[in-house]
Amino acid sequence: MTRNGPLALAFHTVFVIVMLAPIVVVCLVAFTPEGYLSLPTNGFSLRWFRTIANYPEFVHAFWVSLGLGALSSFVAVAFAVPAALAIARYKFPGRDALSALFLSPLMIPHVVLGIAFLRFFTSVGIGGTFSALLIAHVIVVFPFALRLTLAAATGMDRSVEMAAVSLGAGSFTLFRRVTLPLILPGVISGWALAFIQSFDDLTMTVFLAAPGTETLPVRMFLYIQDNIDPLVTSVSACVIAITMTALILLDRLYGLDRVLAGKSDPGR
Amino acid sequence: MAYLELDRVAKQFGAQTVVDDFSLAVGKGEFVSFLGPSGCGKTTTLQMIAGFLEPTRGTIRLEGSHLTKVHPAKRGLGIVFQSYALFPHMTAAENVAFGLEMRNVPRDERAERVRSALAMVGLAGYEERYPRRMSGGQQQRVALARALVIRPSVLLLDEPLSNLDAKLREGMQIELRQIQRTLGTTTILVTHDQNEAMSLSDRIVVMSQGRIEQIGTPQDTYERPASAFVSQFLGKTNDFAATIDRTVASARLVAGSWSAPAPAGFNGSVTISLRPERIGFADTGLAAKIITRIFQGNHWLFQCESECGPAIVIRQNDGQPQPAEGDVVRLTWRVEDMSLRGGGA
Amino acid sequence: MSAAADTASAAPADDRRAGAPWALAAPALMLFVGVLVIPLAMTVMLSFHDWGQYKGIEPVFILKNWHEIATDPYYAEMFWRTFRIAILTTFLTAVLGAPEAYILNRMSGRWRSVFLLVILGPLLISVVARTLGWALLFGGNNGLVNKLMMSLGLIRAPIPFMFTETGMVVALAHVMMPFMVLSVWAALQRLDPQIENAALSLGAGPVTIIRRIVMPQIMPGVLSGAIIVFSLSASAFATPAIIGGRRLKVAATLAYDEFLNTLNWPLGAAVATLLLVALVLIVVGSNALIERRYAEVFR
Repeated sequence: MTRNGPLALAFHTVFVIVMLAPIVVVCLVAFTPEGYLSLPTNGFSLRWFRTIANYPEFVHAFWVSLGLGALSSFVAVAFAVPAALAIARYKFPGRDALSALFLSPLMIPHVVLGIAFLRFFTSVGIGGTFSALLIAHVIVVFPFALRLTLAAATGMDRSVEMAAVSLGAGSFTLFRRVTLPLILPGVISGWALAFIQSFDDLTMTVFLAAPGTETLPVRMFLYIQDNIDPLVTSVSACVIAITMTALILLDRLYGLDRVLAGKSDPGR
Repeated sequence: MAYLELDRVAKQFGAQTVVDDFSLAVGKGEFVSFLGPSGCGKTTTLQMIAGFLEPTRGTIRLEGSHLTKVHPAKRGLGIVFQSYALFPHMTAAENVAFGLEMRNVPRDERAERVRSALAMVGLAGYEERYPRRMSGGQQQRVALARALVIRPSVLLLDEPLSNLDAKLREGMQIELRQIQRTLGTTTILVTHDQNEAMSLSDRIVVMSQGRIEQIGTPQDTYERPASAFVSQFLGKTNDFAATIDRTVASARLVAGSWSAPAPAGFNGSVTISLRPERIGFADTGLAAKIITRIFQGNHWLFQCESECGPAIVIRQNDGQPQPAEGDVVRLTWRVEDMSLRGGGA
Repeated sequence: MSAAADTASAAPADDRRAGAPWALAAPALMLFVGVLVIPLAMTVMLSFHDWGQYKGIEPVFILKNWHEIATDPYYAEMFWRTFRIAILTTFLTAVLGAPEAYILNRMSGRWRSVFLLVILGPLLISVVARTLGWALLFGGNNGLVNKLMMSLGLIRAPIPFMFTETGMVVALAHVMMPFMVLSVWAALQRLDPQIENAALSLGAGPVTIIRRIVMPQIMPGVLSGAIIVFSLSASAFATPAIIGGRRLKVAATLAYDEFLNTLNWPLGAAVATLLLVALVLIVVGSNALIERRYAEVFR
């Protein structure tokens, strides 16, 4: 067994500190008792968390984000499961092109997607509405839902299904009683990852959101554009806390390394 | 003097003792196998010789000098790994040349030695192939050539044949034996396959739970297993509970209806250990009923229920009629074919 | 009829029914064609339309926007800045991320999963929040980073980070780092665990092992990580917008301005189209190169 030398460990320590620093700083500043940006040197205060309540647009944006994330990832999963089964199960002409198309939102810059959707939704007359946001988010989070579902469907032992068929299961029973339960961990993780993606998306959403349908990242971004004060750090701290909770759940459920492996590699 | 010597070597991981009190002297040119089930500590011992692990206690000496203090890169041992551990980004020739490069062998000599090493393992003409483009057997040969080309003082083989299919494995065994004989390289083989250990080695070290059970020639360990573990691990075996009866004029060893003059040195209840192919059918002897009879080509396998419990009998298929399932037979054997252990079965 | 359909779809191994996969994939396919392919095509079309301050968008086919991008040095400079930042970010993540992945891989089980979580977790945390963190750390000339580096004696005068390319590269490298670590990590997982021991037994020292054995094998991982980081950095929006402010424009922030401030949609569409085409060409091209280079060795 080879171990890391002291130099390697020093490098590692600095690396980890730098990775964590910006996140920790945001969370610390959120607890400042002062009226300006500062590290809480004289005790912690929740005043800036309480202040959030005075800004209904943040609270509203939070609910929009939550609803949009939950709904868009649900719809994406509903579309992704049959598509994943088709790609995992069958060899057919056009299969590679099909999966390339389905994964393409990973490769297309979100600015371009934002512009394309803005143009499209404006011309069909639903620009700025929640439905427009929902459709756009479904497309953007679809690859994540598909990837994890696909991994689960590919890794599944097909002879289990054959066994069910040999015991007399019809196609619907087969799907409901055998296939779905077996790929469910992948499907749920796909949903969760899709949710996080939707919840975090700024670049595309900033083109589509109108007052009233602004998501939390958009609201935060527009706020930061004008001024940076402790309020936006406390909002960020809340967002970080929510994401961390989702992360831990995801890790328990499926193993974070597998989920993250599904996130990388937009090229293929 | 022993060439490679392990003296009361032990390895602990935390509170767990993986190898304990391992002492062995290997002669120059000898082929020794470490045989045992997985987790018996054989690979750990090999890795301590290689230097990838440091012994917790004990010393390892090569030609009288301490090996334990030498950095693994400087030990000059040749190792063939179970996974072969070929460098996938190098061709076969580059793989074999690597060790020579590390030793600053001049380019011309290097090329010549690489060529002859690959030829020795039957891979002449494969110099420019990448490992991914080779079969398992070919990769195995490259790994062997890579280990041998540096003219190692000891060749360490860590389950080198376990990833090959049965037929290829047999061929490689013969080849490995021939190469080792020709070069005269002292070799240690780690394996869990008793046939492999028996057909290749001069001596076998049978290990179980970190301890040496027996050291001996293949024939020794098979014919005279030192413990129940050894006899069971090295092929099928029968254990019959027997007693020494000293009430009669000349003491007798009795197992059910079978009996023979008692050997010296034992008393009371003993265990007879007996290979199935050494049991014959006769008119007198241990009474048994044949439960199943299985035809296996060159021999017949009988599973019997005897007076002393279940028994396995193997008979050569010599064309003679054999007893059928359900027949009641008598089992007998020669005294010199069995080994005795004190205590009940 | 229904019975026939039943048996066909119930037999999981049945590959003969050519229609089955298409039937399964049809809903998603229609969704993608309807609201991805068509909007993208419309955007490309848009880049050829005319626009005027008062007349708005005119659906004609002219090359005015493309001509403007090709001739006005402002766009050349902006695209060059975009790619320069992306290249520097990619370089920084590779130089720091690859060794970190290697160190991580040598740790014992429990620590490894803890630090993997610490390093990869930020991937899922809001980019806005992470960039905000950097804005706080940079915070003008007496930001925390400058104070720390000056007290350590690393620098004498404070480095301006906010509204500079330096700041953008640092923050972007932080945002993109998990992708690089993950990609190299994946390559390390494919490494034979005994391979370093094999090299060691043949007499190779630690530097030789890294240079001759480990590096060549994780190179595909570093390169595919680099492609991901490059394409995401070149199209990044939040970090350049927050750190770079309104003056230091990159492709994504420029397109945003054209669309939501200037309202010159056709020009914005042209910038976006150019960005998309350039990225697709670079990504597909370098993927092909990598695959050709390593086809013999891996796979």
